[in-house]
Amino acid sequence: MNFLLYLSDYMIPIVIFYIVGFGLLMRTNVFASFLKGVKDGFQVVLDIAPTLIALMVSVGILRASGGLNYLAAFLSPLTSWLHFPGQLVPLALMKMVSSSAATGLLLDIFKEFGTDSYIGRVASIMMSSTETIFYTMSVYFTAAKVQKTRYTLAGALVATLAGIVASVALAGW
Amino acid sequence: MIAILWAGMIILGVIIGICTGQGAAVGEAAISSSREAVTLCITMLGVMTLWTGIMQIARDSGLIAGMSKGMRPVMRLLFPDLPEEHPATEYIISNMIANILGLGWAATPLGLSAMRELAKWEEEKEGRANTYGTDIESKNKNQNPRKTGGRASVDMCTFLIINISSLQLIPINIIAYRTQYGAVRPTDIVGAAILATFCSTLAGVLFSIIARKLATKREAAYQSSRQNATSFGKGVRR
Repeated sequence: MNFLLYLSDYMIPIVIFYIVGFGLLMRTNVFASFLKGVKDGFQVVLDIAPTLIALMVSVGILRASGGLNYLAAFLSPLTSWLHFPGQLVPLALMKMVSSSAATGLLLDIFKEFGTDSYIGRVASIMMSSTETIFYTMSVYFTAAKVQKTRYTLAGALVATLAGIVASVALAGW
Repeated sequence: MIAILWAGMIILGVIIGICTGQGAAVGEAAISSSREAVTLCITMLGVMTLWTGIMQIARDSGLIAGMSKGMRPVMRLLFPDLPEEHPATEYIISNMIANILGLGWAATPLGLSAMRELAKWEEEKEGRANTYGTDIESKNKNQNPRKTGGRASVDMCTFLIINISSLQLIPINIIAYRTQYGAVRPTDIVGAAILATFCSTLAGVLFSIIARKLATKREAAYQSSRQNATSFGKGVRR
């Protein structure tokens, strides 16, 4: 656990140091490159902002109505048997469909339970270690003009499940 | 899909809210959520631009290109048949590195190019296409439904499973959200996130390797049973 915390704290400074240092060694104009990247970053945030606003509104409405709690309560026998926090069921399901919608749910969890609660930690790790299965598959296979996806979905589900199990285990560790 | 989901959440939320007497709360949530989304975007601008700036340095200094070389053994394990000099190899490597570094938006165009190249490679392997995108090629594609037309190749399945297993090392967006919502130490999940990502990717890799073995075996049996038909088809074309 100590090692994990150490790694977490120093990972980002080390990565930044390494990349900027390497850039200087290779005589890259690091400042110009950085500015160009910053411009791209602005564009990315601008691109996802509308989706984020739309989905945070819809999730906010659903949450205020108490609908999410009904869903979690409905699934609670199954999830408690699996030692999986029932409050995270909507998040786990949503993450398979849409990353931005899942983000809306994640922020909801942060608000309600706090980022540093057990639930908040499981949610953070889970979101970091899983991908949007159905979105990715539909976009990528459309590009290759593929209709028969064979065992891709099964493999993706296996990988995602492994990520979820690991998240629950690691957050409580 | 998203449209239905989005509308569904709103419709369902309003109906449940009215039925349970939470109508006022629902209305307030709609307004405060949008305000919150905008605040979040502004916070995210800070973290995101720092990251994209740093990554641009990595790209311009040749660091990403250098990392590509280190990926060669991984490629041999996952795509044993794919030649190193094939364009698909380069796209797959760049896509994976972009994903590892958390450049999701940069990864997607690379990944789509990789899929297109993999589709071409499938046709080359069948020995049915000498040139890309010609009329002959598209005609041949329709003749044999079992081949590339509409069916994912083993390489495509592997590529997508690995892609979906999540490769991102530092979950920069999650860190940004945690900062915004007052985490004492927003980055203290990074270590656990790396381990969990490793688990999911390992599961994806193992699944892909086993599935490839099974698929190759089945394919071999299928090929030998159809050998006559295939050689006949080739003879006609030449």
